[in-house]
Amino acid sequence: MDIFLKYLGVFAVGGTLCAIAQILLDKTKLTSARILVLYVVSGVVLTAVGIYDYVVKVGSFGATIPLLGFGYSLCNGVFKAVDTIGFRGIFTGGLGDVSSGIVTAIILALVAALVSKPKSKKQ
Amino acid sequence: MSNHLNKLDEKKYAEIADKYSKKSSLLKDCTMAFVFGGIICIVAQLFNDLLMSQKSMEIFGNITEENGKALTVMFMVFLGVLLTALNVYDEIGNIAGAGTIVPITGFANSITSPAMEYKSEGFILGVGSQIFQVAGPVILYGTTASVIAGFIYYLIK
Repeated sequence: MDIFLKYLGVFAVGGTLCAIAQILLDKTKLTSARILVLYVVSGVVLTAVGIYDYVVKVGSFGATIPLLGFGYSLCNGVFKAVDTIGFRGIFTGGLGDVSSGIVTAIILALVAALVSKPKSKKQ
Repeated sequence: MSNHLNKLDEKKYAEIADKYSKKSSLLKDCTMAFVFGGIICIVAQLFNDLLMSQKSMEIFGNITEENGKALTVMFMVFLGVLLTALNVYDEIGNIAGAGTIVPITGFANSITSPAMEYKSEGFILGVGSQIFQVAGPVILYGTTASVIAGFIYYLIK
């Protein structure tokens, strides 16, 4: 039962965050790139003021996998680094914490560009 | 450059055509985004739970919680890239909308798509300069926000 509730939380929080983005897509003129930027910055702000910790507690990966979680990692990384190494941490903490994801993405994307072709849509 | 414009036009056209042809209701779009977004998060949670299980610890040795989380993100990025390279991700995206844009798999997709598309313009000025089309703004403003937050935290702590 416990595990069921946990997964329910993951599904509900992750789904809700995506549904909110869908409303923004449909109802405003925001493009997906703008929404992603909005989500990351919101993630940083919500984490900084301490709200996002609660969302993560309920949603676990439902909260950290959507791009708000990227902001959550950026912000937490900076705070942790400031705690341990001081001023320099303001600059190293953020990207340091998310670098594994970014580096994985760019390396694999490069491999994908080498081995795969996009399906040509225009003809 | 003309390629780029074409792509934008195409996107806009698709958007407009979509609006009129399907009369896509907000409720349906949101439900799809909710379900697909939720499923992607469930996959991540499942991977993490398997990774942190007793069995996996026996095979891979002790994994700290922090490393487990990072590995899960890396796995989801891998999935995003793989599905993009197989030309499947965009197909799912046609149904799922924001459900495939907002998760980290969408971030991976936003890096992989231009990398594949601009290969024809060379690896430096094509792939190299276009790969961060969407991820660039995300990283730029995300990092900026984190530095501001860090600076304030440094001052008040």
